[in-house]
Amino acid sequence: MTETSETPASKKAPSTMERLLDSDIFHAFLRSKVTIMAAAGTLILFLLAFLSPWIAPHDPFDLASLDVMNSYMPPAWIEGADPAFLLGTDDQGRDILSAIFYGMRISLIVGFCSVIFAALVGIGLGLIAGYMGGRIDALIMRVADVQLTFPAILIALLIDGAARGLFGSLDREVFSFWILIFSLSLSFWVQYARTVRGSTMVEKNKEYVQAARVIGIPSWIIMLRHILPNVTGPVMVIATINLALAIVTEATLSFLGVGMPITQPSLGTLISVGNDYLYSGEWWMAIFPGVALALLVLCVNLLGDWLRDALNPKLR
Amino acid sequence: MLGFTIRRLLQAMIVMLVVALLSFTLFRFVGDPVNQMVGVDTSIADREALRERLGLNDPMPVQFWRFISNAVQLDFGTSYQFKQPVSDLFARRIPATLELSFMSAIFALAVGVPMGIYAGLNRESAISKLFLSLSLIGISLPTFFIGILLIFLFSVTLQWLPSFGRGDVVQIGSWWTTGLLTVSGLKALVLPSITLGLYQMTLIMRLIRAEMLEVIRTDYIKFARARGLPDRIVHFRHALKNTLVPVVTITGLQLGSIIAFATITETVFQWPGMGLMFLQAVQEVDIPIMAAYLMLTAFLFVAINFCVDILYFFIDPRLRVGR
Amino acid sequence: MKKTCLALASAVMLGAFATTPSSAETLKFAFQGTLNQVDPYSLNETFTLSSLGNVYEGLTRRNGELEIEPALAESWEVVEPNRWRFHLRKGVKFHNGNDFTAEDVVFSANRVRSEGSDLKTRIDPKTTVEVVDDYTVDFVLPGPNPILHYEWDTWYIMDKDWTEEHDAVSVTSASDTTPNYAALHANGTGPFKLESHEVGVKTTYTKNDDWWDTATHNLDTVEFTPIGSDATRVAALLSGELDLVYPIPVQDIKRVESNPDTSALTGPELRTIFLGMDQMRPELLYSDVKGKNPFQDVRVRKAVYQAIDIEGIVKKIMRNLAEPSALMISPFLYSRSDEFKRHPYDPDASKALLKEAGYEDGFSVGMDCPNDRYVNDEAICQAVASMLARVGIKVDLNAQPKAKYFAKVLASNGYDTSFYLLGWTPSSFDSWNVLANMLACRDEKGNGGAFNLGGYCNEKVDALMAEVLVENDPEKRDALIAEAFTIVHEEVGSIPLHQQGLAWGVSNKVDVVQRADNQFLFRFVTKN
Repeated sequence: MTETSETPASKKAPSTMERLLDSDIFHAFLRSKVTIMAAAGTLILFLLAFLSPWIAPHDPFDLASLDVMNSYMPPAWIEGADPAFLLGTDDQGRDILSAIFYGMRISLIVGFCSVIFAALVGIGLGLIAGYMGGRIDALIMRVADVQLTFPAILIALLIDGAARGLFGSLDREVFSFWILIFSLSLSFWVQYARTVRGSTMVEKNKEYVQAARVIGIPSWIIMLRHILPNVTGPVMVIATINLALAIVTEATLSFLGVGMPITQPSLGTLISVGNDYLYSGEWWMAIFPGVALALLVLCVNLLGDWLRDALNPKLR
Repeated sequence: MLGFTIRRLLQAMIVMLVVALLSFTLFRFVGDPVNQMVGVDTSIADREALRERLGLNDPMPVQFWRFISNAVQLDFGTSYQFKQPVSDLFARRIPATLELSFMSAIFALAVGVPMGIYAGLNRESAISKLFLSLSLIGISLPTFFIGILLIFLFSVTLQWLPSFGRGDVVQIGSWWTTGLLTVSGLKALVLPSITLGLYQMTLIMRLIRAEMLEVIRTDYIKFARARGLPDRIVHFRHALKNTLVPVVTITGLQLGSIIAFATITETVFQWPGMGLMFLQAVQEVDIPIMAAYLMLTAFLFVAINFCVDILYFFIDPRLRVGR
Repeated sequence: MKKTCLALASAVMLGAFATTPSSAETLKFAFQGTLNQVDPYSLNETFTLSSLGNVYEGLTRRNGELEIEPALAESWEVVEPNRWRFHLRKGVKFHNGNDFTAEDVVFSANRVRSEGSDLKTRIDPKTTVEVVDDYTVDFVLPGPNPILHYEWDTWYIMDKDWTEEHDAVSVTSASDTTPNYAALHANGTGPFKLESHEVGVKTTYTKNDDWWDTATHNLDTVEFTPIGSDATRVAALLSGELDLVYPIPVQDIKRVESNPDTSALTGPELRTIFLGMDQMRPELLYSDVKGKNPFQDVRVRKAVYQAIDIEGIVKKIMRNLAEPSALMISPFLYSRSDEFKRHPYDPDASKALLKEAGYEDGFSVGMDCPNDRYVNDEAICQAVASMLARVGIKVDLNAQPKAKYFAKVLASNGYDTSFYLLGWTPSSFDSWNVLANMLACRDEKGNGGAFNLGGYCNEKVDALMAEVLVENDPEKRDALIAEAFTIVHEEVGSIPLHQQGLAWGVSNKVDVVQRADNQFLFRFVTKN
């Protein structure tokens, strides 16, 4: 079991987590080769990402170290390459390999933060709405409706525009980062809320919840201890896909010009810049970050798949 | 039921109003439309005069009131860049977007549902693992990148399919245009529909698989099997039906994504739909178009959510008790 | 490798084609932007005017080399210093069959100066237009103006009767509640008629068989589609769906060339890309230097200049499709350009200058940059940022889409910038335009050099500029301009980078003339 893959899970099912770890999960984990490989892959990619300042051969964020005369170097095994740049360089002479390490770190941080924020808000509101019903339900769901009319991309476009008008003088890199997290989580929470609400409405009419109510257990305990574990299945599906989606959406936003700035590139920024060089022969600028992104998302998702199956009480 | 409907309608109106207010507030900061409407040589006095004529110097509440009272009459004003009524522009763009969204939804369902059922029923089989992994690759890359790769492969290299536009369209009635009736129109639909539908397909497949896995283990299905019903009936009549609640919810919710991602797909393929027009409007700060687009999507969503809620009642009888 | 555009040679060849009315030729082309509307006075922007230049015509026009030619006016003369006489072409008809007469010129002169027109600069408001007879018109000017007709190739003549009949006398403005007829329909005298115009989707033109001039093109129909995405535009050309696309990204030139059916047509453009610095405020808005403005020190400005490796930018980022420039104007537009040399690239000299000015440890400054306006604009800014980082100036780059960029840095927002990249093409093809807009003193509101964002100011330059305006002798005029440019160059009022190049992707079936002002005119096209 890797440290990193526990993090999202422990947020979802805090009380049962340890117990599960001891028994079935570990067992199921060792049975699946794909999962072991995915876990290993995730671990390696996370290590590369978070240790990038120490292992990357260059610092792509240090403008003074970039030399435009080093630009468009092909990967080391192609003729005309400089062995100092293993995967080649981009249009500014940035080392692609180092940029991928650093970029992956930014993509991951953005992804995790937005998924965690979204899940906390969404699950909370979904439980309350589904369990309480009535006016509170209507209010929360109407807020969700408003929210849904602004999909992630639109939210980010509008918020980015508005916020830049309001706080134009802030540091652009920090600023873009928080805008991204804010707009991604703002657009994701509804999915959790609506799904949790739907399942909660089903669960709350079941005998065990009715029984718990009858014996006078407080609502919040019922919600957390009895209903919550039963809605983790769909939530896990959404959370895993959302982590991937957050990373990919961030990339899409780079394409629209509201992602991370190129001076602090994420994987998405690198792809959208490299995108312009696909036809011109400098394919490495888009393909390598693209492969890194695909690998990362694939591993995380595979791990999530397994985790979901293993955590789901109905499947055991 | 009537009371419920009226209540929901009122709520829907409030939602629309809030959307209008929010988007209106945000527009103030998106950029300066005047700079996009004049050439570089235009004097500062002329720019100021234009700003005055557009009513951009009026106080916010005045502008908002003007916008709402016009919008109620379906008048969204005149586009800053195109000098045409926004409602006309949208009427001409809607068929393109709807056709694209529809085809991509068909693609997502036609491929996603069977794959999801198969993967759910045959959890350990190699093929279902292959499906899962393949579908993941589809969502591991950003839409625009997939689109550009598809163009690179099918338009530039193989020259099978067009890289942009709708091909030849046929006019139906006074304003609807369709590309479904011509060869070039159908060919033009292929790449954008796949690009747009890929993500939905993955999501539907994974959801159906997950739900199937759960349902198949429930007592209800076990009993059905024990009764000696054939697998086919158990799987499709009993199991699949039970997986539909979350699928309907999520698919409904995904309409938001479809419309949002349609903007990207439309940009990559120069698909003359609303999304493309909206993105250009954002770049050019064409506020009337932006406002109309947001109001229109808001309306679509409110309507869809309403339908999803109603559908819940029909699919899952247990919910009726709760109300 | 590259197609040379020999206007003469192709013209001879075209003549042969024009006489054989064989198959119907359709030209399909794409541009990155949209043709928003078709009123010729609504937007002073190259693509709009270039598109409408196929439908409408001015009194003058420019040929492939941008030389002024007679068009709707057969000839003109300066009868008194303040009175210009234009002899109009007889027998010209608008597309609807109306005759072209002096009335139309007077009408167009009034309309182009009316409220809502974006081309008011074409004719001074104090100029009066007098009808001498049906085919002679006099322009009476408030003072001598040697370059009166320089921009008249894009001042298109409209049909008075048609415009009045359709209630389109007032120029379209966005505040109008009903769309102006002239914004959606066109009726000119030009070689092509506007067949249909579906905004943002497709615009179709057909050949005008009754055109007064001999057609040197062989096109019957032209279809225009806007394609915003660079990659898609190039793909549509490579796949053979389109005959011509422009612009193409500089990095794709090689690819377009290597494709057997297409080639890249490249040439110099008139736009100068330059860097500007806020020299007006006592303290920069975006900097860690407080209480003073480093850019007010000429040594700092020169240090910035000398830190920039323009050859590196041109070679790597622009792929040699740009010419380093010492002036704020293209050498094609100013005869004495070659007398000016750039301050050499010398990081050591730059560091020394910074040390001398008291910035030994460098300083930080925020830079504003558009990312969708000029060729590789964001990449240029990044390269500048990393070059400046090497002499100790830390640049905090803020690259934004043009709508936000211009909203931030222009007068309407109080010139909210400390350091910026901008491009400028003098619309009159003349140095005075550059001096007046880019280098003249201004106040905080933007009176004066309105696009002099950094507020560079030297009264001597202003005085020279005023002399240039009224000097009729070309040689003396050029000398005055040289004097002004020398001062700006010595003081580093701004930092010219380069003139960017044009790059069009063209199918091998098509012959076309590429004009340096980036206008694409169908009358210069043949397809086979």
